[in-house]
Amino acid sequence: MELLSPVAPGWGGTLLVGLLHSIEIAVGATCLGLMIGTAGAFGKLYGGPVTRDLLAVYTTIVRAVPELVLILLLYYAGTDLINQMLTAIGYSRVDISGLAAGIFVLGFVQGAYSTEVIRGAILAIPQGQIEAARAYGMSPGLMLRRITLPAMLPFAIPGLANLWLIATKDTALLAVVGFFELTLATRQAAGVTKAYLLFYLAAGALYLALTLFSNLIIGRVEAWSRRGMPSVKEAR
Amino acid sequence: MSAEAVAINMAARASIWLKPHRIVLILIALALVLCAAFFMRWDWLPQYWEMGLIGLWRSLWILAVTCALGFALAVPLGLAQAGGPIWFSAPAKAFCTIIRGTPLLLQLWLLYYGLGSIFPQYPWIRESWLWPYLRQAWPYAVVALTFSFAGYEGEVMRGAFAGVPRGQLEAARAFGMSRWKIFRRIWLPQAFYRALPTLTGETVLQLKSTPLVATISVIDIFAVSSKVRQDTYLTYEPLLLLALIYMTITGILVFVFSRIEARIPVKIG
Repeated sequence: MELLSPVAPGWGGTLLVGLLHSIEIAVGATCLGLMIGTAGAFGKLYGGPVTRDLLAVYTTIVRAVPELVLILLLYYAGTDLINQMLTAIGYSRVDISGLAAGIFVLGFVQGAYSTEVIRGAILAIPQGQIEAARAYGMSPGLMLRRITLPAMLPFAIPGLANLWLIATKDTALLAVVGFFELTLATRQAAGVTKAYLLFYLAAGALYLALTLFSNLIIGRVEAWSRRGMPSVKEAR
Repeated sequence: MSAEAVAINMAARASIWLKPHRIVLILIALALVLCAAFFMRWDWLPQYWEMGLIGLWRSLWILAVTCALGFALAVPLGLAQAGGPIWFSAPAKAFCTIIRGTPLLLQLWLLYYGLGSIFPQYPWIRESWLWPYLRQAWPYAVVALTFSFAGYEGEVMRGAFAGVPRGQLEAARAFGMSRWKIFRRIWLPQAFYRALPTLTGETVLQLKSTPLVATISVIDIFAVSSKVRQDTYLTYEPLLLLALIYMTITGILVFVFSRIEARIPVKIG
């Protein structure tokens, strides 16, 4: 048990640093995914035919290929592309930080899923609300900010919450490309001390705590986004 | 359907693809594929395709076995949560929460490295008939993926079992069916129909989890592509081909499930 203590002879501190990196990546990837997803959903709904088809290709391909393969592909392709661009315009090659690359890769994957979630949520808004906004003469930007985004939130929150939980668990995949997060930290600690079962159980408990804590917050946020709407239970 | 109607139907289907911008996009995609075929290196293919086929077979085999076993495990898990007494439903709920709350990669490593390092310490395990299996990697992969599928699908089955209208079950009881017969003839089939659309998604998710087994030294199609990458120092070609293979399998799975779904009566409950 002293192996888990957070100070030097124990490896608890290493695990906590790993957990912190995992959370950083998950937060970054979810934010990037939300931005891609919002833009993608609006492109799919209101864009021209070419935009729609390209977005359909993006969401279909990303959702059909395993995350692990995408991570490897984007990790190598992304860093390679940036370095080639830098050398082309006369700068020296840079090392892309693992954090940025991880956020970019997972955000790109999350973007495809959140595009579909947000698209469905926008479609679930009663048509009359949007028509009313148009009738008031709102500009598209104002309508987006005042009507569409707040009105779609209760429909989108469950799906987006699921995506957040998936993002926290997908950070484990970055261990395969050698990014130092909770799973890789666990593997190193277990490899050094040979206490495999102990460390993997501890890491599992940390992930589980993160999930359960997220569920608490999500419940609050969902209740907040539904404020003023009739409860589903009463409607039945 | 008359021949004319078939012709109209086919023409309607073709016209979806023959809009001008789609033709341009398809041509661009074809050009990209041709560029990839001509300008990238594919000379390693003859040397590795046999290995690739074996890896592909292993991936598909793991997918089929873990989905079947996982579903068999998900039914009692869902049933216990939907209608069981608390000493059944609480452990089932805990199992689902734990499986869904931790990454599959961690579960896999926990089983393989964690339990795998515990087993050899006990002589009676080393002498048992199970030992030749416990020394290999694939049983751990199968167990981890089965548990994962059961955890996610158990939650789906809970909702599906709970969603079967009570009137159906009461009618079955009024007919004097035994509890087992009610389950077999009424409850399970209707719950299965309800769960079928999500089952497609879960199976695709399961397919996308199979490459993780490569990290515990099971040689599946992903491991073959990693080996090609190590041997030939190529970065993109094996990965692109691998992505194409997974996309094809996903397409086939979705097609097959949509066929099964189309056979099932739409209005239920």
